[in-house]
Amino acid sequence: MSEAALSAIPLAASDAELETPSRRALRRLLGRKGAVAGLVVITMFIVLALFAPLIAPYDPIATSWTLVRKPPSALHWFGTDDLGRDILARVIYGARASLLAGAISVGIALAIGVPLGLLSGYRGGWADALISRITDAMLACPFLILAIALAAFLGPSLGNAMIAIGISATPIFIRLTRGQVMSVKVEDYVEAARAVGNPPRRIALVHILPNIMPALLVQATLSIAAAIIAEAALSFLGLGQQPPSPSWGSMLNAAQRFLSNAPWMAIWPGLAIFLVVLSFNLVGDGLRDALDPRGR
Amino acid sequence: MLNFLARRIVQLIPTLFFVSILIFSLQQLLPGDPALVMAGEERDPAVIAQIRQQYHLDQPIPVQYVYWVKGVLSGDLGESLRIKVPVRELIAQKLPVTLQLASMAIVIAFLIGIPAGIVSAVKKGTAWDYGANIFALWGISTPNFWLGILLIFLFSIKLGWLPASGYVPPWENLRASLASTIMPAFVLGNAIAAILMRHTRSAMLHVLESDYVRTARAKGLSERSVILKHAMRNALTPVITLGALELGTLLSGAVLTEQIFSIPGFGKLVVDAVFNRDYAVVQGVVLVTATIYITLNLVADIAYILVNPRLRG
Repeated sequence: MSEAALSAIPLAASDAELETPSRRALRRLLGRKGAVAGLVVITMFIVLALFAPLIAPYDPIATSWTLVRKPPSALHWFGTDDLGRDILARVIYGARASLLAGAISVGIALAIGVPLGLLSGYRGGWADALISRITDAMLACPFLILAIALAAFLGPSLGNAMIAIGISATPIFIRLTRGQVMSVKVEDYVEAARAVGNPPRRIALVHILPNIMPALLVQATLSIAAAIIAEAALSFLGLGQQPPSPSWGSMLNAAQRFLSNAPWMAIWPGLAIFLVVLSFNLVGDGLRDALDPRGR
Repeated sequence: MLNFLARRIVQLIPTLFFVSILIFSLQQLLPGDPALVMAGEERDPAVIAQIRQQYHLDQPIPVQYVYWVKGVLSGDLGESLRIKVPVRELIAQKLPVTLQLASMAIVIAFLIGIPAGIVSAVKKGTAWDYGANIFALWGISTPNFWLGILLIFLFSIKLGWLPASGYVPPWENLRASLASTIMPAFVLGNAIAAILMRHTRSAMLHVLESDYVRTARAKGLSERSVILKHAMRNALTPVITLGALELGTLLSGAVLTEQIFSIPGFGKLVVDAVFNRDYAVVQGVVLVTATIYITLNLVADIAYILVNPRLRG
């Protein structure tokens, strides 16, 4: 047996041992074409949102009476809207409202839902009973209807829309965290952590939380997709981003009035919502498979 | 069974209590003096005082809640501030329209979602499977208001086949009624078809690997009979109950779909109420939707036990 063959075996074995669970998940995720495509599209939209002033060809709120509802051309690739504004510029700036709404509302849902779920699942008893019944009550109201009602009462603005969507998405995270905690807390290592005298708060945060992260990550990704659709829906109804600031939902609302003579107004913002939502769904599905310990 | 039912219904009481708290507290979110906000354009102090008295806004919040719940329990959901019609009547008038739309949507969803799910499970890994999965992703990711606008553009403006908006009740003219609701019903059904397809696919995959399906195949039954008679029956039970729960999604979806197709249903009622700052109507609609959802959940649970003999007893 040659020396090379001898050394190759232990090296390969130690490589496999060195791979952390998160590394393995990342490798699996990057092995899935759909998830990679989703990541590329999301990155592209994040770049568009961050550098909108550098990328957009025109000012998104500059109106022009000589350019009302012009079809796509070399000067205005996506055409212009009913006030003569460049649609490409508005789609690029619109990415800001959508991505921000997706990230912040899911952030709100996580910030409220995870601690409540941890408390409910780990403590049990009356805290669990109370939190669970409140969760049931919130889940009984359909997501979008609850978000619309909250946004209507809070008043129309992008910030309030994010709060409304975030609160409406919270019960899913409470229930998910609670279920995960219940299944993890009976594991031996949690038992061991308790046996050596760790206080409950430390066990919940240091021993349980990291182990339920994969499930939360998958749900958060899929919830961003739902939150972006919800923000577009609220903006479509006039409850989100206020004019003249561009948002994909309100652009579609304006487009509907001019559908017969300016159909391009409806194509681009809708396509942008579709692409971003599709991408988050693809990444969410990919993450679910990549983080599944049973998969290979 | 009876025991289970009793426990299930007792559990509903606290849920309903918290739903009522949730919906009541919506009005606490109104910025500033609620009486002023509810009055809207109206600046007449007498009107504002009347609103304050009518909604007991001069009382402490728990007292307001008790008044509100008493009203709700006796079927009084308040009155629309704009059109001066009891909220209950408004809802009773609009709900049937949405129910027609929702039942058509459910039929469309089952007709597309279940066959697609069965085919993709049976032909796992083939082009059929990929096609069905792409359809499901598309259905989940397309905002229904965009799909609605695109359909109006294609079928109403370009082809002129279907009306772009409006609604005809089925008892007036069935054909016209179907023509006015088929596009919105498809928009609503499409998203649910995608979800049903995914559920059906995973349930079928699970069942197809089970021992009794292997036995059926080993007995020499035709593949057709194995799939349609043996596998499908077991796989579809959970899918159908899950489908019933998608009604929440349907009612949410109806809000924007009805808005786009100008269909005077439940969803349009909420949107109009939001625009008109008609808060009692918004509360009434959320309350009714939550009640429908909770009831359906209960019915789905009972149906699940009835069709699954192992859970009886």
